Amino acid sequence: MTLLDVRDLSVSFGRSRTPAVRGISFDLAAGERLGVIGESGSGKTVTALAVMGLLPENATVTGSISLNATEIVGLDEVGMARLRGDVISMVFQEPMTALDPTMRVGRQVAEVLRLHQGAEPGAARERVVSMLGEVGLTDPQRVADAFPHQLSGGQRQRVIMAMALINSPDLVICDEPTTALDVTVQARVLEKLDEVLTASAAACLFISHDLAVVSQVCHNVLVMLDGEIVEQGTVADLFNRPQHPYTRGLVATARLDQIEPGERLPTVEDFHARRP
Amino acid sequence: MKKAQLVAGLVLVALVVITAIVAVFWTPFDPIRVVPSQRLLGPGWPHVLGTDGFGIDIASRLMIGARTVLVVGIISVGLASIVGVPLGMLAGQLGGWVDEVVMRSADIVYAFPAILLATLLAAVYGSSTLTAMIAIGVATIPAFARVARAGAKQVMASDFVLAARASGTSRWGVAGRHVLPNIAPLIGVQASVGFAMAILAEAALSYLGLATPRPNPTWGNMLRDSQQFLVTAPLQALWPGLAIALAVLGFNLLGDGLRDYLDPRLREVS
Repeated sequence: MTLLDVRDLSVSFGRSRTPAVRGISFDLAAGERLGVIGESGSGKTVTALAVMGLLPENATVTGSISLNATEIVGLDEVGMARLRGDVISMVFQEPMTALDPTMRVGRQVAEVLRLHQGAEPGAARERVVSMLGEVGLTDPQRVADAFPHQLSGGQRQRVIMAMALINSPDLVICDEPTTALDVTVQARVLEKLDEVLTASAAACLFISHDLAVVSQVCHNVLVMLDGEIVEQGTVADLFNRPQHPYTRGLVATARLDQIEPGERLPTVEDFHARRP
Repeated sequence: MKKAQLVAGLVLVALVVITAIVAVFWTPFDPIRVVPSQRLLGPGWPHVLGTDGFGIDIASRLMIGARTVLVVGIISVGLASIVGVPLGMLAGQLGGWVDEVVMRSADIVYAFPAILLATLLAAVYGSSTLTAMIAIGVATIPAFARVARAGAKQVMASDFVLAARASGTSRWGVAGRHVLPNIAPLIGVQASVGFAMAILAEAALSYLGLATPRPNPTWGNMLRDSQQFLVTAPLQALWPGLAIALAVLGFNLLGDGLRDYLDPRLREVS
């Protein structure tokens, strides 16, 4: 069953003539995990924010985004707020700034629960602590009472994951969730994300510029370049038979371990010369 | 050093507050009753700071003055923040024409001299502590609106507001749960500085006879009364002048100290 259906989505900002996203279409089945790969400025995050209905007010969106057969483009703020955090949620890139510094993290997670389920404070606490445990935080009781600045980057990113997952949404959008973390923490957070996504059977739109990271979490991938989708397929296909020159470049740079010592390292430009 | 500033501010402010509270229940002498035989006494016993041109104990009048100062400060800063902060937050959060209307109105109020407003109010309703408080409060609204707007704009641009909205928090929810707590330190600092401004303004207004009418003592009208004895009894002007200076200094130091103490970047380190 199709959970998310994006048709001819274009987004432009202000009076700018060049759209940030131009006419992209893709769909996502319930429980499916789709990776979105592309460099900075390729339109990945804009696509994600369009699905969340969180684009700034100067954005013009055309085309259609339907979630569970509900059209999101043009939906009012109240209707959208009802979906956010309940049916769709988002894990943000920057764990250092995505939590309110004035609020204990337990309360921030509980807030999501309260907004959509009207949970009693006591019951919410129990659920929050168990959710913090599920995302792999040791000592969740203490973490729940901590302020964000008392936690490490990895801990904060897990808290953000807990916020995104506590209402068992149908779709979780992860916008470069591990980019800001160091490599060892990144691996552990990804493992945990994989685990909780499997447990909750949620679909996932996973945005990254790192093919290796996407291949750990996703079944399918689409490659974005300059606001367009240039290639789409399963992770295995993309790795073994990349079609678009840009994708070939991405795959080559993701397999640096196969380069002989002394040889020059490949860059994406070797495969796909940029427009001047 | 920074901490010393905060402590010094707190001590001076506490001094004003305690004096004002004590004055509600007790003053060494009657602060109003004229005693012609005791005119213009120098500092000594039992009149610690001496007596004024009517023979009234200066210390007692200063104490009652502290009470007035505190009431004027609280009411005018309260009025300014209750009106200014929500307006500023609204402007900062909604932007667009709401922002324009609110901030341009603030500019107009800001440009309107507070003294003129006080004069108008005094002319219509008679000069009283209340008209002074309203004039000072209205004149301070733009300062609060600006601080709240700048803070709200900054908070609205932060990732955690986007994250909160991604969790389904409504506009009003974001205002109450995220914007207000994050700008509260700014408002606190503004309130403290605003308090100092209010003390000065009240002194100026009552010096001009546009605030608390006689015989009720205020620091401003004590200054005015002392004027005629400036050559013969200069200490008369010193005491209320000193009281005003110390109170203003106290609230300013407190504001500066709070700013440093509440700065989230510094808080992060501790």
